[in-house]
Amino acid sequence: MAGADERMLLTTPFHSRVAAACETNCWGNWKGYTTPNSYIDVELEYFAIRSTTGVFDLSPMGKYRVTGPDAEAYLNRLITRDVSKIREKRVGYTVWCDDEGQVLDDGTIFHLGPNDYRICAYARAIDWLLWSAEGFDVCVEEETQNVAALAVQGPTSCAALMAMGLSGLDALKPFGIEYFDFEGEQLMVSRTGFTGDLGYELWIAPEKAEDLWDRLFAAGAPHIIKPFGMEALEMARIETGFIQAGVDFIPAEETIRQGRSRSPFELGLDWLVDLNKPVFNGRKALLDEKSRGSRYRFAILDVAGNKPANNSFILKNGKQVGVVTSAAWCPTAKTNVALAQLEMPHGAIGEELVAEIYYQRELHWTKVNAPCKVLESPVFDPPRRRQTPALPY
Amino acid sequence: MKKYDAIVIGAGHNGLTNGAYLAKAGLDVAVLERNSYIGGATVSRELYEGWTYSNCSYVCSLLRPELVRDLELPRHGLQVVPYGGGVTFMRNGDYYGNFYDHERQYREMARHSKRDANAYERYTADVMKQTRLIRPFLLKTPPDPTSLKLRDLKDLMEYGKSFMDLGEAGLIDALKFWTKSVGDFLDEYFESDVIKAHLGGTGVIGTALGVYSPGTAYVLLHHYMGDVDGNVGSWGFARGGMGSVAEALAKSFQGFGGEIICDADVDQIIVRNGKARGVALKNGTELYADTVVSNLDPKRTFLDVMDEKDLPGEVIKKAQNFKIRGSSGKLNIALDGLPSFTGLDQGSPLMLGDYHFSDSLPRIERAYDDWKDGTWSKDPYVDVLIPTQTDPTMAPPGKHMMTVFVQYCPPKVHGNDWTAEDKAGFEKSVIDQIAAHSPDFKDLILHCETRTPKEIEAEVGLTEGNIFQGELTFDQLLFNRPFPGYAQYRGPVKGMYMCGSGTHPGGGVMAAPGANAAREILRDLRKPNTVPEGYADD
Repeated sequence: MAGADERMLLTTPFHSRVAAACETNCWGNWKGYTTPNSYIDVELEYFAIRSTTGVFDLSPMGKYRVTGPDAEAYLNRLITRDVSKIREKRVGYTVWCDDEGQVLDDGTIFHLGPNDYRICAYARAIDWLLWSAEGFDVCVEEETQNVAALAVQGPTSCAALMAMGLSGLDALKPFGIEYFDFEGEQLMVSRTGFTGDLGYELWIAPEKAEDLWDRLFAAGAPHIIKPFGMEALEMARIETGFIQAGVDFIPAEETIRQGRSRSPFELGLDWLVDLNKPVFNGRKALLDEKSRGSRYRFAILDVAGNKPANNSFILKNGKQVGVVTSAAWCPTAKTNVALAQLEMPHGAIGEELVAEIYYQRELHWTKVNAPCKVLESPVFDPPRRRQTPALPY
Repeated sequence: MKKYDAIVIGAGHNGLTNGAYLAKAGLDVAVLERNSYIGGATVSRELYEGWTYSNCSYVCSLLRPELVRDLELPRHGLQVVPYGGGVTFMRNGDYYGNFYDHERQYREMARHSKRDANAYERYTADVMKQTRLIRPFLLKTPPDPTSLKLRDLKDLMEYGKSFMDLGEAGLIDALKFWTKSVGDFLDEYFESDVIKAHLGGTGVIGTALGVYSPGTAYVLLHHYMGDVDGNVGSWGFARGGMGSVAEALAKSFQGFGGEIICDADVDQIIVRNGKARGVALKNGTELYADTVVSNLDPKRTFLDVMDEKDLPGEVIKKAQNFKIRGSSGKLNIALDGLPSFTGLDQGSPLMLGDYHFSDSLPRIERAYDDWKDGTWSKDPYVDVLIPTQTDPTMAPPGKHMMTVFVQYCPPKVHGNDWTAEDKAGFEKSVIDQIAAHSPDFKDLILHCETRTPKEIEAEVGLTEGNIFQGELTFDQLLFNRPFPGYAQYRGPVKGMYMCGSGTHPGGGVMAAPGANAAREILRDLRKPNTVPEGYADD
């Protein structure tokens, strides 16, 4: 990637444009890359995602290419889903587990072509990917630096991208992939994202990154396009109930203390586990867990009042039965939401619990016991997210 | 004819909120609307193809978040999007900008006065102290200080305690705030004319008073006590225009089984044996209910749709004396593109907010002088926004909609009805003022809806076009709103109630009056309360 100064964090191929737009000059570290926490104002950026179009530089996302005759068989061994169901030019959300059935990471698998896949992951994964490849005729390579990527998310995102010349994009279904020509280079567009809204991700060679940014923002201007940083993304993903590795669970390989990792069942990801597959990493342990019962349950909580329940203990009849891993006041759903890990058998839909919330005002700490309720579904899930053809706003 | 449990007159945001909470309690409720569309002053209309106007109210902050969440308005399509920015253009070509970011705001203020930039921190803390005093009482019925009922006494104690908790200095500030002029109040903090003018304008919005008239400091506070997602004092746009507030409330109301009847112009509230029995429409239809709720302003309620014979003479007199003077006008403009403003980059975040062209308090005071003289301000105080920079739904891509709120505009011109020439003159004074700072503005105008108090009254029904359903001065607030003895939403006739902005806590698209009134009605009907409590403000 651009920015070869090894003394500092690396910069992404969009850095010149990102830095120019980053008025708050407030930066964070994402897997070794310097990344804006915010550009202008977190709330306004959040509302770009929810009301117009927000653009997020996701180049630091770990990307791994899997090719070769055994690619599908290899991936079927690696992940919990049935890979044969992810057809060509389709994307699938998935998790992968260690042999104990504990989640190593969640991510997406892009079926690019015959025997050709890309895995996008939060954690650095090459060691596990190569280890799992033993005996398969596949080639696994990290390509994080070879691909620049932008997330273009929000209700006017399709209109903005079509204004940039991506004709026919409105017909692309959720989790679909389409290829376009961009100044002689291939531009891959997937209808994917981490915001729970209508949105796309753009994948291109790093040399074309700056041109892509410029053309996108010029064409998108009438559709109100703005860049957004990590903090706005965090609000959006909590509102839509997406878990974040390293926050809502710890990748199993990074845990030190016994029992701190989680299985897919414990993260509410049962639907990603296909136990009908004869062999995959963690299958035996997950079968055992299925019959034995899980230790924890993932829950989305609707918390009374307007104090976000960050780091709260969850109580039932005064006894601690869980903890909040992520919490936010959701500005579109106008609801106070918390993602929580609850000890079984707690967490059934509709169960009423209490969040012990501590908050500070002018050095004065206050505790509230806020009633909360386990929700059946995320508080933000608009029809436009799935509607095809995509709407102009 | 069908008999309802309750009839609410007026499908504005308070009428719909009131109806929703009554219907939620299981009552069979009809909300009547005289127009063919709902919304009252919370309305969006397409008067020029492809453009949606927020014809009356145009920004959102005071709408109680507790009600939004409880009535599931987001699920019913409401999204309130905050906007940053704001700028006052100066006659010397400079401007004062209101940055969303605290540090940039400090530097911009310091550019005009370093001392003011620092004083702003003290100002903000003082204003926030006062909003903290008021906000907890927005979703509460004001206690009657002359009553010896246990409930009133308890509530009064709570008020008293809140005041005492402010401490001596805070208490003095509170009294200042409720009685002072916004000009005098700002003079205590700031020296820069433009900073004072930028902050002080909200003290006269919708109010037939000048920036140096006592009582206007409260009007400023009224504009500060709302919030967008907990950011007290922030304002936002309802995506799709203010009509989406009414639309979402309507869906919530209908979800509880409520019925909305449009083109139902109420002629009179039927009273028999001292009890409300229903309403008679102008088309001759009668609809019956033992509970009749008026969302109309106090004058219209008591002097128009009620028979004076049914009312105590005291109420008629109070209604006659109720202050609801018209002082505001509005221009809604379809633009062919984004206008440029002298001295400001088009991409400046300041452009996302409100623009003003009055760069000193005396200029705003002189605008008031014109109104007192019986005419529109020749150099008005305007509150201009271009919401289409934030909201992609109100105009075609690349095109824009401008809303211009104008202070001052009289209900009559020198005592005579508005003529077409008067209206054109009013429109010209506003457009010329904007054009003086925006060279391409006039060329971009595709369509303009101009509304004087006459049009606002004719369409929305607000007496004299007063946007708050009655002025927000201390003699008409809390237990005095709309008038003493009738501040707990109950009318002088059994079964008759008031739920409009003419009741506590007043106007500004809060929906609190409608909810508070529902709570009192349900109490009288011995039904369980469906109205949520306010959030603790700490």
